[in-house]
Amino acid sequence: MGTFLAGVGGGRPARDNGRVMKVVLRNPRRELDVPGPITVTKLLGNLELNRESVLVIRGNTLVPGDALLDDADVVEIRPVISGGAE
Amino acid sequence: MKCTVCRGPAVIDLRRHNSNFCAEHMVRFCRDQVAKAIHDHRMIEPGERVLVAISGGKDSLALWDILLELGYPAEGMTIGLGIGDYSEHSTATSVAFAEERGLKLHLVDLRDEYDYDIPTASKVTRRVPCSACGLSKRHLFDKSALDGGYDVVATGHNLDDEAAVLLGNTLHWQTEYLGRQQPVLPASPGFPRKVKPLVRLGERETAAYCVLRGIDYVVEECPMAEGNRHLRYKEALNIIEAASPGAKRDFYFGFLARAADRFQPEAQEAKSELVACEHCGAPTPTSPCAFCRLVDRTAGHEPVPVELVRKRYARGRGR
Repeated sequence: MGTFLAGVGGGRPARDNGRVMKVVLRNPRRELDVPGPITVTKLLGNLELNRESVLVIRGNTLVPGDALLDDADVVEIRPVISGGAE
Repeated sequence: MKCTVCRGPAVIDLRRHNSNFCAEHMVRFCRDQVAKAIHDHRMIEPGERVLVAISGGKDSLALWDILLELGYPAEGMTIGLGIGDYSEHSTATSVAFAEERGLKLHLVDLRDEYDYDIPTASKVTRRVPCSACGLSKRHLFDKSALDGGYDVVATGHNLDDEAAVLLGNTLHWQTEYLGRQQPVLPASPGFPRKVKPLVRLGERETAAYCVLRGIDYVVEECPMAEGNRHLRYKEALNIIEAASPGAKRDFYFGFLARAADRFQPEAQEAKSELVACEHCGAPTPTSPCAFCRLVDRTAGHEPVPVELVRKRYARGRGR
């Protein structure tokens, strides 16, 4: 079970169906429960993540900034920055 | 959001290109950008033998995949760095990629062949881990390419890498490094030609390419690289990019077009002063070369755990 972050969603409480969107973050891996619906751009903004630094993956494919994420979704926010030159 | 090309549903928006793409046209976009880089900078000629430096990460695997799709018969090489579980996972991912596609992947393991690993080398020589790693990789990819008769070594450096290195070199006015920062380093005695075919792609784009092509790559960051300067420069550039799409591209390609030539004298001067290493024969400012000195000091030393080195540098960076 992930951490429930009501403030990360659209500011509304979770629906009565008891389902919330599961958001998986990496490096380190952790899970958040976020109430939907919410757009990708809004979700990243609420999580204070730079859109240039991540991809958002639903199922096995990418979703663009205006995609609407819903309670039934499992969403991965994958960082794309890698480094190793110093 | 619709694909800029076919008006079908888009899967990604690329603000610096003012474009959105569906999966098919995103993959095509990435290939076209690599083909353009190879053509514009005359990186690889038809029929040449290419050795791709493979880490198991998104950039190197995307590069290998794209080169093959563009018709270049590229082979891969990966180095077992000995960075605990991370290295084991990286090697396994690289091997799986090659085996699934019937590709030739050369394996060099630092511990097996040179009796050291990166955490131990970092601790013993008091080098930053990324420095010991970069030194080892450069030497071994050069050596393997020359020994194996390859014409060119292709590395997965992308636009974000090059812009971050440029920012670091500029902040510290490393004029010799600025003179060498090119998408192609020509072959010279003791060095193979080295090319960076991903310079027109950002790392968000190479990661997207891997997802869309179903390429399984190592998402986890190297534990030794955590919080290093290179990553901080990338984060800083991404803040600028978010406010001003295209800023990274303009910074890097503007440098190549209007400033890189000004630093050539410094780079040429450094290169003209090289001698042959008394141990391995590689060109070096002083003999023995830095790689042979590193092996000499580190080989046979009791292996140092990753966590020990990681904590030490994490503390140092926090100050």
